[in-house]
Amino acid sequence: MSAATRISTSERKAPLSEGKRAERRLGWLLCAPAAIVMLAVTAWPIAYAVWLSFQRFDLKFPGQREFIGLDNYVTVLTNQYWWTAFGVTVFITAVQVIIELVLGMILALIMHRALVGRGLVRTVTLVPYGIVTVVAAFSWRFAWTPETGYLANALTPNGAPLTEQGSSLAIIILAEVWKTTPFMALLLMAGLALVPEDLLKAASVDGAGPWQRFTKVMLPVMKPAILVALLFRTLDAFRVFDNIVVLTEGAQDTSSVSVLAYNNLIKGLNLGIGSTMSVLIFIAVAIIAFVFVKLFGTAAPGSDEKDGRG
Amino acid sequence: MGTPGRRRGRRAAALGAGLACVTALTACAPAEPPNQVNLYYAPEDNLQKVVDRCNAESGGRYNIVYNKLPRDADGQREQMARRLAAQDPAMDILGLDTTWTAEFAEAGWIREWTGDRKAEVSNGTLAGPLASATYEGKLYAAPKNTNVQLLWYRGDLVDQPPRTWDEMLRQADRLEAEGKPSTVLIPGAQFEGYVVQFNTLVASAGGQLVSDDGQRAVVDDGVVRALQALRDLADSGHTSPSMSNAQEDDIRMEFEQGNAAFQLNWPFVYASMKEDSPEQLQNLEWARYPSLDPNKPSKVTIGGFNLGVSQYSQKPDLAFDAASCLRNAESQRFSAVNDGVPPTIESVYAGPGMAEEYPMRDEILAELRDPAIRPVTPAYQNVSTVLAKLLSPASDIEPQRTAERLRNEIQDALDSTGVMP
Repeated sequence: MSAATRISTSERKAPLSEGKRAERRLGWLLCAPAAIVMLAVTAWPIAYAVWLSFQRFDLKFPGQREFIGLDNYVTVLTNQYWWTAFGVTVFITAVQVIIELVLGMILALIMHRALVGRGLVRTVTLVPYGIVTVVAAFSWRFAWTPETGYLANALTPNGAPLTEQGSSLAIIILAEVWKTTPFMALLLMAGLALVPEDLLKAASVDGAGPWQRFTKVMLPVMKPAILVALLFRTLDAFRVFDNIVVLTEGAQDTSSVSVLAYNNLIKGLNLGIGSTMSVLIFIAVAIIAFVFVKLFGTAAPGSDEKDGRG
Repeated sequence: MGTPGRRRGRRAAALGAGLACVTALTACAPAEPPNQVNLYYAPEDNLQKVVDRCNAESGGRYNIVYNKLPRDADGQREQMARRLAAQDPAMDILGLDTTWTAEFAEAGWIREWTGDRKAEVSNGTLAGPLASATYEGKLYAAPKNTNVQLLWYRGDLVDQPPRTWDEMLRQADRLEAEGKPSTVLIPGAQFEGYVVQFNTLVASAGGQLVSDDGQRAVVDDGVVRALQALRDLADSGHTSPSMSNAQEDDIRMEFEQGNAAFQLNWPFVYASMKEDSPEQLQNLEWARYPSLDPNKPSKVTIGGFNLGVSQYSQKPDLAFDAASCLRNAESQRFSAVNDGVPPTIESVYAGPGMAEEYPMRDEILAELRDPAIRPVTPAYQNVSTVLAKLLSPASDIEPQRTAERLRNEIQDALDSTGVMP
């Protein structure tokens, strides 16, 4: 009996036993409801959005609905508003993720090494992440508006920072960083927990200073956790929406692609153009995920088990 | 004058009706009573009292239930558009901003008013508000209340209100030279309220943005002239630093801080100041919106709300009658006095209580007799978004070039082929 099982596991290609096959069938059956729900709530809307994006379909002109192939894509991809928004989104994403990574790492080290009040330190750091984004965004908006806020005139005596593109983008990034750095720190702290204490001690016995221990020992061991954190945050940051809507409503060229898609889809009631933008955002997000998984390879989630188990 | 006794009686009636509503809601939530008419309207403090009065007057023929829409215009439009696109039968009477008439009518979401009902609504109603409820010659809604903007200024700083835009800027120059507050407040954020101001300037300069049939972007010399006026204001140094992020309520608050001389805004600033700082009220003066043409008075954009009946309503007869009652002369007078919304029926301005709440009613009426209307097209939302985008910030306007861009992008917006910013 035990010999037979050993053979079947060592030779993977061997035909499955009756019991095994029944087990696998049961497995599929148990998965089926979840898979069907997933198809219904994600695959169908995506497919429907793609279908809409091939049509001229404006709720204001229901009589003019027709199939127009790729025309919507041409319209969007040759439009300067789209590319401005795309540039703004990429800029916000890149700057924000880099700042968050650095700050998050510092926070994670502090939280990891905190000797006293560890629980308190962790709770306090997480407070911004616990606040609803829109609520936080409104407080930022009031703070940065002259007359109602204390921050606006602290930096420029007579200015209104939310009325210019540069300072608006800086404030949007600040609000995002303030909010999500704790999340980044949390993910990185999970990575820090992976670094064996013995390894660090051994390194310091060998004469490695704090910086060397950080770059040569901690970072390589933490690499999977860092990549997961970066992937999550990049995908998240690319879809930035609420802070922009509350802080500037996209004025002075501060719209992100999501804000632009919302404006065309919900405000403009133009289902064709709006769906086209949604599909393009979907493709962009898919590319980001693909690049992370391919480029940084093995450490990213969903990759092969070889290193993932390390 | 409402005697205390009568007021108490009215309150008791309101309370009774309120209780009836509560029980009706809990008891009949699954199946709607056959006489229930659902009103979807923006939050208005005392509208429930109007609803109660109409319900009582109908003697049980209909029972209007007031459902509050979101407070902001975009939120209201979004909820109604979403539900009407899905053919929701639970909406009967809709509170429509004047600019949505064409859009909702073209999409087939609201019913035409015809025959006696049309005659009843048109009778005594000011021409401007009536035009804002009309699309392609057909009446699609009943004007409930209107609105126009005035020039508000500080009586202690300015003796004679400016009649033109240039005169206003010159007076501001003089005030600044004297070391007095000289700021001209205008809601210049990238939003509909800024487009309203621009539309007033365009109409006052005799210009046109969109052709009368709503098919073609015109953008003539009057538009260039209006663009120049905004640019002049931006260059004059008399603007607030937060102009390009300010909406109507922001400039109302800024004016109450006391650092401004002029404010271009809706009449609600009067009631707000009466409540917030009554001591400033004696210095608050008003005049007709300044014109761009010294020989002609300004033409001021009208706002306000109309009542439409949903295409998907299953009780259109009740809905039309209930809507008529909600906007009849007595209802409009009550709403004007209690909620500060200007009536659309001319005779109401002479009604009881109006003189105290509406000391500026003569100016309002004068503006309403010869108003400007925002472009009538189903794609108005797109046109407005493009305008707001290209006009903001005012300091970036280059009249000729901006007009050129406006012409192209408004045309795209009208065809709904372009991308909205």
